[in-house]
Amino acid sequence: MSILIDKNTRILVQGVTGNEGLFHTGQMVDYANNVVAGVTPGKGGEWVLGGKVPVFDSVKTAVEMTAANCSVIFVPARFAPDAMYEAADAGIPLIICITEGVAVQDMMRVRAYLDQKNVRLIGPNCPGLLTPGEAKVGIIPGNIAIPGTVGVVSRSGTLTYEVLYALKARGLGASTCVGIGGDPINGTNFIDVLEMFEGDPHTDQVVLIGEIGGTDEEKAADYIAAHMTKPVVAFIAGQTAPPGKRMGHAGAIIEGGAGTAEEKVAALQQAGVRIAQHPEQIADILAG
Amino acid sequence: MKLHEYQSKQIFAKYRVPIPKGRIASTPEEARQIAEELDGRVVIKSQVLVGGRGKAGGIRLAKTPAEAEELARAILAMEIKGLPVRKVLVDQAVNIVKEIYLGITNDRAARRPVFMASAAGGVEIEEVARETPEKILKIHIDPLLGLRDYQSRDLAVGMDLPRELWRPFQAIAQGLWQAYTDYDATLAEINPLVITSDGGLMALDGKMLVDDNAGFRHPELDELRDLDIEAEAEIEARKNGLSYIKLDGQIGCMVNGAGLAMATMDIIKFSGGEPANFLDIGGGAGAEKVAAAFRIILSDPNVRAVLINIFGGITRCDEVARGILSAMEQVETSVPMVVRLVGTNAEEGRRILADANMGTAETLVEAAQKAVAAARGG
Repeated sequence: MSILIDKNTRILVQGVTGNEGLFHTGQMVDYANNVVAGVTPGKGGEWVLGGKVPVFDSVKTAVEMTAANCSVIFVPARFAPDAMYEAADAGIPLIICITEGVAVQDMMRVRAYLDQKNVRLIGPNCPGLLTPGEAKVGIIPGNIAIPGTVGVVSRSGTLTYEVLYALKARGLGASTCVGIGGDPINGTNFIDVLEMFEGDPHTDQVVLIGEIGGTDEEKAADYIAAHMTKPVVAFIAGQTAPPGKRMGHAGAIIEGGAGTAEEKVAALQQAGVRIAQHPEQIADILAG
Repeated sequence: MKLHEYQSKQIFAKYRVPIPKGRIASTPEEARQIAEELDGRVVIKSQVLVGGRGKAGGIRLAKTPAEAEELARAILAMEIKGLPVRKVLVDQAVNIVKEIYLGITNDRAARRPVFMASAAGGVEIEEVARETPEKILKIHIDPLLGLRDYQSRDLAVGMDLPRELWRPFQAIAQGLWQAYTDYDATLAEINPLVITSDGGLMALDGKMLVDDNAGFRHPELDELRDLDIEAEAEIEARKNGLSYIKLDGQIGCMVNGAGLAMATMDIIKFSGGEPANFLDIGGGAGAEKVAAAFRIILSDPNVRAVLINIFGGITRCDEVARGILSAMEQVETSVPMVVRLVGTNAEEGRRILADANMGTAETLVEAAQKAVAAARGG
């Protein structure tokens, strides 16, 4: 079982005919065959992947024709805000934006608009969601995780894969893995996902993968101390990162002395969270 | 991307923010000529992208054109916090009655822009923020509505500005907000905004940071980029679509994904070594990009070993392996290497590198330990 997505999720892909969009749509279809539609303006009426997925000109039409209830966005950064507005206006309740490099002021407007519409956004700049054995929305490789009871939430991409892979090597499976993305302004934060895992009867333990920058991990620590009954294990990337330098992700930067790994680790430990020294150790702690 | 004072002020002026008369000069002679045109006292201001220019002697007042030339010569020969002064701004001097601080930035936690203002503006604003934060007024702006007039009026009232200055202040606040949104700034700041002896308001200094992700909306800004503040290897990396930051250690790192790159650096330290760099080759990097990354890592003379950690998803391990081989043909090196390939096409990647005389590893910990040992010559 899972949060956010399961075998009943009906996936729509925005940017389905682009290079990455097409490749990952194929991966999603192979994984759980629940991609019901694609959207690329100007290519409506075509089919992709050998007739498996119909393409529409707009999200609105795609939703009317296929009852899609979850959209995953692969369009380039400059068009991504419009894609998110379009999905929200078409009534899609869950939007996952994979696109990296969306301008921060655009994201502030998008988030404000989506909040008014009660739309849940995951990302941008994220790997998406994986409920092993049921559904895959985004780019997390399906074969690195097995079904289980560990909920995983992360700000990172490949680092998350590393953790899922280490869990699998230990025979540990995931209920759902949620990549919330590495940007300073995103749709869903740690607390939102922790709350969902706490309420999910099929999640027993939670892994939180954070990184330097911002105060999301500290807020998560406060939430865990006050509301979580399930055990949490965390890893924070960037202990060796110098201040003032953006470490790849737009949000991974230590500014004005705030957002360091030490502060985050201390806050989480205070909240009773067990801290892993490196990604592979997470699996050891969960298994032990 | 950081803009210089003169660039920021020129942008603010387009939005009807009053700035002093002045121009930019690259030579002492130019500075003299500008001072002659301005006819009177001028301020010579070094244009470098660091704080504390004034305290370093990079901002001086000249009473005559001859003095302007002399001071410009001295300042243009300076280096401030390691950065050479290539240009000076020659501004007409202004009689200051009071200094105000005005700034807009993104409040990450609130997910909206915050407009800050203080009657205690000037060079000590950071101390004010630390010691007496209540003297800095903050108003959050709804990103869908923009700055409302009542909000800028509230700031004017909150700072006890004289009533006759409310309207001019509101016009400046609105101009700064427009500049902030039109240029996708992450910071737009006027410090100080001064009340002059003739009762007007004027922006004496300006600072802007703009969002690199919004570059497609502002191609013209790319020409304004000051390359002095970036290391050569970082510029080279940016050209190749790589994210590279030089550090002080001995173990070069090549990783796909920013989070994993940071975690790899951390585990090197955990294993008793020091990372020489952060390097994210990004998702789906091909052989050419990998080769460029390799050259950049090896251009650092401190590097004693290289750790390559690739978790293939979009990125294909065989492509990475080919990139490493082609780079090794271009760059002669005796630096030992440890490679860990996991995920998409990892086996093929390992086969390609089988003859390349490199260390391999299964787990992250093993990879880091081998790299640390290799760096020590063991």
